[in-house]
Amino acid sequence: MDQALSFALLAVGLALASSLVSCFAARFPCLLRLVALPVFALAGLAALVAGVVALWDGGTATMTLPLGLPWLPWQLHLDALAGFFLAIIGIVGAAAGIFAPAYVRGIERSSESLPMLGGFTGLFLSGMLLVVLAGDAFLFMVAWELMSLSSYFLVAFHHEHAANRRAAFLYLLMAHVGGLSILLGYGVLASFGGGFAFTAMRAAELTPGWASVAFVLAFVGFGMKAGLVPLHAWLPEAHPVAPSHISALMSGVMLKVAVYGFIRFVFDLTGEIQWQWGVAVLAIGSLSALMGVLYALMQHDLKRLLAYSSVENLGIIFIGLGLSLLYLGTGHRLLGALALVAALYHSLNHALFKGLLFLGAGAILHSAHERDLEHMGGLLRRMPWTGLLFLIGCLSIAALPPFNGFVSEWLTFQASLQAWQLDSGVLRALIPIVAATLALTGALAALCFVKVYGIAFLGQARTRHVRRARPVPSSMRAGQAVLAVGCVLLGILPTAVVALLSVIPEQILGHGLPQATAHGWLWLTPVAPETGSYSAPLVVVLLAAMAVAAAWLWRRGVVRRVRRGDPWDCGFAMPSSRMQYTATAFAQPVRRVFGLLFRIDEGVETDNKGVLRHRLAVHDRAWTLLYLPIARLVDAGVRRIVRLQSGNVRIYLGWTLATLLVLLWIIS
Amino acid sequence: MTLAELPLLQQLLLVLAALVLFTSFVLLEQARLVSAIHAFAWQGALIAAITVIVATGGGAKHLYFSALLTFMLKVLLIPWMLHRQVQRLDLERHTQALRRPALVIMAAVALVVFSYWLALPMVAQELTFTRNIVAVSLAIVLIGLLMMVFRPQAVLQVLGFMSMENGLFLAAVSTTQGMPLLVELGVAFDVLVAMVLFGVFFLQIRDSIESLDVDRLNRLTETVENER
Amino acid sequence: MDYLLTFLPWLLAAVQALLYLALAPLLAGWLRRIKARLQNRRGPSLWQPYRDLYKLFGKEARVATTASPLFRAAPYIVFVATWLAAATVPLIAVDLPTAMVADIIVLAGLLALARFFLALAGMDIGTAFGGMGASREMLVSALAEPAMLMAVFTLAMTAHSTNLASMIDAQLAAGLVLRPSFLFALGALVLVAIAETGRIPVDNPATHLELTMIHEAMILEYSGRHLALMEWAAQIKLVLYGALIANVFFPWGIAQSTAPTALATGALVILLKLLALGVALAISETVLAKMRFFRAPALLNLALLLALLGLLGHVILEVGS
Repeated sequence: MDQALSFALLAVGLALASSLVSCFAARFPCLLRLVALPVFALAGLAALVAGVVALWDGGTATMTLPLGLPWLPWQLHLDALAGFFLAIIGIVGAAAGIFAPAYVRGIERSSESLPMLGGFTGLFLSGMLLVVLAGDAFLFMVAWELMSLSSYFLVAFHHEHAANRRAAFLYLLMAHVGGLSILLGYGVLASFGGGFAFTAMRAAELTPGWASVAFVLAFVGFGMKAGLVPLHAWLPEAHPVAPSHISALMSGVMLKVAVYGFIRFVFDLTGEIQWQWGVAVLAIGSLSALMGVLYALMQHDLKRLLAYSSVENLGIIFIGLGLSLLYLGTGHRLLGALALVAALYHSLNHALFKGLLFLGAGAILHSAHERDLEHMGGLLRRMPWTGLLFLIGCLSIAALPPFNGFVSEWLTFQASLQAWQLDSGVLRALIPIVAATLALTGALAALCFVKVYGIAFLGQARTRHVRRARPVPSSMRAGQAVLAVGCVLLGILPTAVVALLSVIPEQILGHGLPQATAHGWLWLTPVAPETGSYSAPLVVVLLAAMAVAAAWLWRRGVVRRVRRGDPWDCGFAMPSSRMQYTATAFAQPVRRVFGLLFRIDEGVETDNKGVLRHRLAVHDRAWTLLYLPIARLVDAGVRRIVRLQSGNVRIYLGWTLATLLVLLWIIS
Repeated sequence: MTLAELPLLQQLLLVLAALVLFTSFVLLEQARLVSAIHAFAWQGALIAAITVIVATGGGAKHLYFSALLTFMLKVLLIPWMLHRQVQRLDLERHTQALRRPALVIMAAVALVVFSYWLALPMVAQELTFTRNIVAVSLAIVLIGLLMMVFRPQAVLQVLGFMSMENGLFLAAVSTTQGMPLLVELGVAFDVLVAMVLFGVFFLQIRDSIESLDVDRLNRLTETVENER
Repeated sequence: MDYLLTFLPWLLAAVQALLYLALAPLLAGWLRRIKARLQNRRGPSLWQPYRDLYKLFGKEARVATTASPLFRAAPYIVFVATWLAAATVPLIAVDLPTAMVADIIVLAGLLALARFFLALAGMDIGTAFGGMGASREMLVSALAEPAMLMAVFTLAMTAHSTNLASMIDAQLAAGLVLRPSFLFALGALVLVAIAETGRIPVDNPATHLELTMIHEAMILEYSGRHLALMEWAAQIKLVLYGALIANVFFPWGIAQSTAPTALATGALVILLKLLALGVALAISETVLAKMRFFRAPALLNLALLLALLGLLGHVILEVGS
């Protein structure tokens, strides 16, 4: 276990080193892509190794660093849960590090600051690693701040556009509000436990009321960072404007660090779990999942769509966590462990396929300089490998067998179907309704990614740049391939992964998942073989066997040639690329059916030349319902306070005198 | 006692009760008046069938008479009268569909869950399943009231009111083997008189304000003031 | 789990998979013939779909110049995914190893995989037909999926399993029990089946008018063996849903052992059930008209409502405490 800890420290060291090396990139631009980013990739690899060893080992390791305050030194704590999230950070970090050199080559000649990019990337990774390794609240908050601040600078990297600056400001604001809430939550735990170390908090005896207060503070804080509705507004603004490999890190990894924080706080440190917390988490998770995918469907900017899709997937993770809290609160420990494993599996899956999709979007941006789906098309024939890897990402995120997204969704369904064991009839009715909502979001996500892949990669190119797109360099393809291979392997060998993961509930909750892997590596049986079983390797083998049988039966003695011709055009001339379906048109049935949930401004206008233009704007209702009223309130309050600032020195001295008098009176 | 252990007749009773709940949902979201009247007739027929089954299952003999009364009133007479009103006053042209059907249906489902939760603490008599049918009847009553809130046409208001009465009747039949016969007859004749009065009022209101939309009933105050 | 390692169950599974392949065109032909008779025509022969498939396999495949490699791979993926999904539904015997490999949620997932590639194939050529078909099909399936899974959950809450073989075993063991939840789940599954297999009133399988097509629009560009695979896959999907409804809700007659007499009875019984379902579907297709596309969500909402009522009926009426 100490081996794992030393690998983790090596990872942190390498990340800081890559940051340091980038400082010299102003003088030697090629340092960034030749030295700093490969070191970054090595840091990711070290973190991955550390995580896997920690999971395999299943123990705990602690260490006290000689840093921090004299009476409050920083403590590191590595257990299976931390190891798992280290592995997630590591693999996406490594893939981003492999992808990034060719990507930053494109910006080497521009005026943007390379030291800033490399420096803050390294700090970002080290911040995330330290959050996961933290053994006390002090180091946790310091690392959390480091993570938020360095990602702020990365989001504001292309700061020439005002929209990017606004997005970065919103991100910073919400990160700090969330951080404040988390700090208050830790404060509650620390006051009962008598110290800021996690060991003290774990031993604390909280009253149910204060435990709920701590839970609400943690849920708001970590939920804001994870992008749950209605606190998600920063996500679709901030993720698209960052450079693509940073977007992959933010969406794939940083959101998972928020999930780690939530699990650590609520499952590990709080003690007695109340089932009402599970209902709240379940409700917010379902709402986020549904609203996230519906908003994603309305977007035609590829990166914004992927950002909203992250909101949806975080909702699904929190549905799993909510189920787990519910089952644990009502005393069903095995089911709670199953739901927790489902949520953790989905975290890993989301990191892999969202990272893959964002890197793919970066590849498209690099070669076709396009972010808008309405301008893309036919990219599969121009960029075949990127197209294939992006297809694997789309299949995974749409939760289709035999890929990894399907396994976590299957586990979540199996967990929710055990609701018949609950005593409360109302819960027994509500949990299947939540499962049906999950099914709806899964189907809508498939719709969304058919739209993305079909419009971007299939069909005909809609603009000149895209028609001339060239394939990306092989290092960018390698970065994507690492994540794609991960997606495929996690889909085909779920039993092995669940065996590794079941260490985590065993450590934290005291109950593992013995049944899940009891029948060998071939069968995944979460509760019992008669209740439900899935054999992913056999599904793949059977699919392959049937495909071979089909091909053999029908290609013998049959005309094998395929003749090329024009597509069907109803007798008119060959269809141009403007006659294809657009992304907006593809999502139109959804706009009509679910229209109530959005604020849609749609209209057709004729301009002065007689040309018809279709105008469509879809707005997030959370802005008008939540953010703008709060902003107006804060504004009104601030305006009242500003009246104190009169500008007269003597009045300020008067205030100082009054405060001094009050303080002296209080002390006496 | 799980479902499989109950006798077949009682399983049939549960199926019919669930179908009555379904008809109240159908009634809630019907766009056309004639279809709504037919749905109400089906609801009455199912309740008459339930009454017959409870009677054959060893209940009081007056339940047969009760079933016959229900059948004649709620399946034949009242729908025929309403149908005649709709045709004579040409009401079909002024009917509007529900504006937000999804929200209203979700509210109705929430009402079903709520009435189940309410009925949980009720002490079961001999069989648990009668308590469950009480939950269903309470849901039917609440959905009838929901219908009166959300559908402004007068005929649909009447149907909502009758549907509430159906729910109460179902509760009575399944738990206490029906109400005493005298009360039955009294209620049945009250309902009949109410229908006749409704018919007369429809004509009057329509002549005064030229519409049978209850939202516009406030215009009757203008008519009164005009006459002064 | 040890019996799964023996040879006989897998042989039975292979035979059943081939039986699905063989029965699918027969059911399609039966449907067409009954519809023709109801419309006072004589109708094509029962074996016409077989002849159509044979003819298509012999023809040269013609592919548009704008097509990508995905266009040529998609028919195989769609066919194989649908066939595997069908192979997991018990047809003549209950104990099937493939039912353990993939439970009903995996079945829905395999059908979703087939639909994903079908929609992508529709969008591949770059004409408006394919995009329109893909967009409509994905919306219909997005609305049908929660209804189908909710109906499945209602069944699973009673049988305490998502494994189809366990569900059928539980139904057979309980004997004749009238469950309100099953009644509603049956209604919901019938509506979902009509939507997913593209029958009237959701989609007309015999039309080629651009405003009325859903499934046909996506396979418009296919010809030769590719078209044969797509058509066969659609027919297999219909038999799949038919066998699912027949065997889960009315399982009496299915073979519970591997004795030859039991298997023969099972085969005969399922054939009769499928033919009866075919007659019912033909009557409903003749009596109903195809709905406008934006009224299809109303039908699927009805299916979802039925499934919800089934679930609530199960929780309220069926579980004693």
